[in-house]
Amino acid sequence: MSETHQSAAELAPWERDPVAPQWREAADDPVARALAERFGEAVASMRSLAGDLTLAVRREALREVCTALKEEHGFDLLVDLCGVDFPKRPERFEVVVHLYSFAANRRVRVKTAVGEEGAVPSLVPVFPAANWPEREAWDMFGIRFEGHPDLTRILLWEGFNGHPLRKDFPVEGIDTGAAIYPEYYDARQGPVAGAGTGWKPKPPAEPEKGDAAEEEEKK
Amino acid sequence: MSGAGPAGEALFGLREMELNFGPQHPATHGVMRLKLKVDGERIVDCYPIIGYLHRGTEKLFELHPFFQNVPHTDRLDYVAAATNNLAYVGAVEKLVGLEVPPRARYIRVILAELQRISSHLVWLATHAIDIGAMTPFFYCFREREVILDLFEQYCGARLTLNCMRPGGQPYDLPQGWVDRCGEFVADFPAKVAEYEGLLTENRIWKRRTVGVGVLPPETAIAYGVTGPMLRGSGVAWDLRKAMPYEAYGEVEFDVPVYANGDTYDRYLVRMEEMRQSARIVRQCLERLPGGPIMAKRPRVLKAAAEAEVYHAVEGPKGELGFYIVGDGGPNPYRCHVRPTSFMNLQALPEMARGALISDLVALIGTVDIVLGEIDR
Repeated sequence: MSETHQSAAELAPWERDPVAPQWREAADDPVARALAERFGEAVASMRSLAGDLTLAVRREALREVCTALKEEHGFDLLVDLCGVDFPKRPERFEVVVHLYSFAANRRVRVKTAVGEEGAVPSLVPVFPAANWPEREAWDMFGIRFEGHPDLTRILLWEGFNGHPLRKDFPVEGIDTGAAIYPEYYDARQGPVAGAGTGWKPKPPAEPEKGDAAEEEEKK
Repeated sequence: MSGAGPAGEALFGLREMELNFGPQHPATHGVMRLKLKVDGERIVDCYPIIGYLHRGTEKLFELHPFFQNVPHTDRLDYVAAATNNLAYVGAVEKLVGLEVPPRARYIRVILAELQRISSHLVWLATHAIDIGAMTPFFYCFREREVILDLFEQYCGARLTLNCMRPGGQPYDLPQGWVDRCGEFVADFPAKVAEYEGLLTENRIWKRRTVGVGVLPPETAIAYGVTGPMLRGSGVAWDLRKAMPYEAYGEVEFDVPVYANGDTYDRYLVRMEEMRQSARIVRQCLERLPGGPIMAKRPRVLKAAAEAEVYHAVEGPKGELGFYIVGDGGPNPYRCHVRPTSFMNLQALPEMARGALISDLVALIGTVDIVLGEIDR
């Protein structure tokens, strides 16, 4: 903090140094408490930042938790669903769901973690609105959703090789001039990701290796 | 119409055929393709195919510092750039903990509401011309021109405004701007009456819109529909009232709601919204406070590690939100856009089933899509 001749209390809020919001434990929140009682360990953490309740749940319980939020707590609007990539974590992707309750006029954020191999239970049976956002998360990150009626690419074309919002996808893009550059073109797969940029897609995991062994390799 | 019911005799021995609508079709307002399954003129099923305008905006957000990302947001919903700016800077301010001075908050509301009017004018002009009414197009673009001139006088740009910064406003209002804007909003309700005179009681307009594309409130909520489409289905929900941001808590306005959920009711909602927006601008101009327009802020904004916020505003098309994850660095680690038209368009197959092909043009118009935002 810089020394000023006025004390902080005399300054208007916009004249003070910005103070970033802090995470708070939100176990006393009525919705969080009810869910914790009902699902126990499946709700791993309940915190809030800047007034937004954030629940981290085990992915097996995601659909049940969202169903309970919808049917028992009135969170009937699926605002948003998206993926986030944290390549260093053991389960690299996070699926973030935002729900809104008209009755209580509040939002809740539900998060779950999933790796490249695992699958998240699809929310389409509970919220039809999850259809396109889940397809987008598949398209952009390669997150699988179990029970989705039509898990195909949505913004990119079928045959695109790679998932562009992953952190290891090259920012400069991949060579998609397939027909012009036949040496980079695999007729079965479409344009080859990373051709011309030195980037290669990760080869598919070998079946005999477990997840733990792969993690060891990464380290 | 073939006259064949779902179980009846099909025309020429063909029960259903597949038809491509777009990608290059003037009524798709950009590049969007609809795969239709039709029985004669009746639509049996509709499958939207999007992504032709995908530019990887969310990847671009991760490359640039928080300040430099504002111009990227202009290119999302390119007929409502100020709204995109507002949602993005609001999310960054929430993430970093910036407090915006009152004058900047009022200027933002004025710009956002002018933008709402201009976006609704583009919607009305194209929606009407799609259905076959050409005159409203000229009327609407006449007023839109005035708004774009006001934007130009404020920030130098007409379409991609880049007119807000995290922490406040980049410029104060130029000399004489308040008067010119005041003149416009004073005249504007009479202009809305002109458009309504052309359409509201027009028999052709009513035949083409009343009862077309009915969206019941439960279906609308299930498909994540927000904004004027939700209010046309009888759900009185507006983020400006439900979770007031900027200066919306300090101005008076009504939220129009119509209950039939058809194309005509969504038209009525948007017409009334234009009047209410003019009312909001008028109040803001009268009460415009003095003082600074920019908060005290560091040269480089840095988000705390593991911080994440979601902030949404009521855009012209519905809830426009930004979900930003920080990692302690000067760039957003992840910045996801909650695209309004993307979610609203999901409900199109629900509305299109059973409609005629010619109604589909009215239905695409009534969703008010902008492909720049859908495809990002």
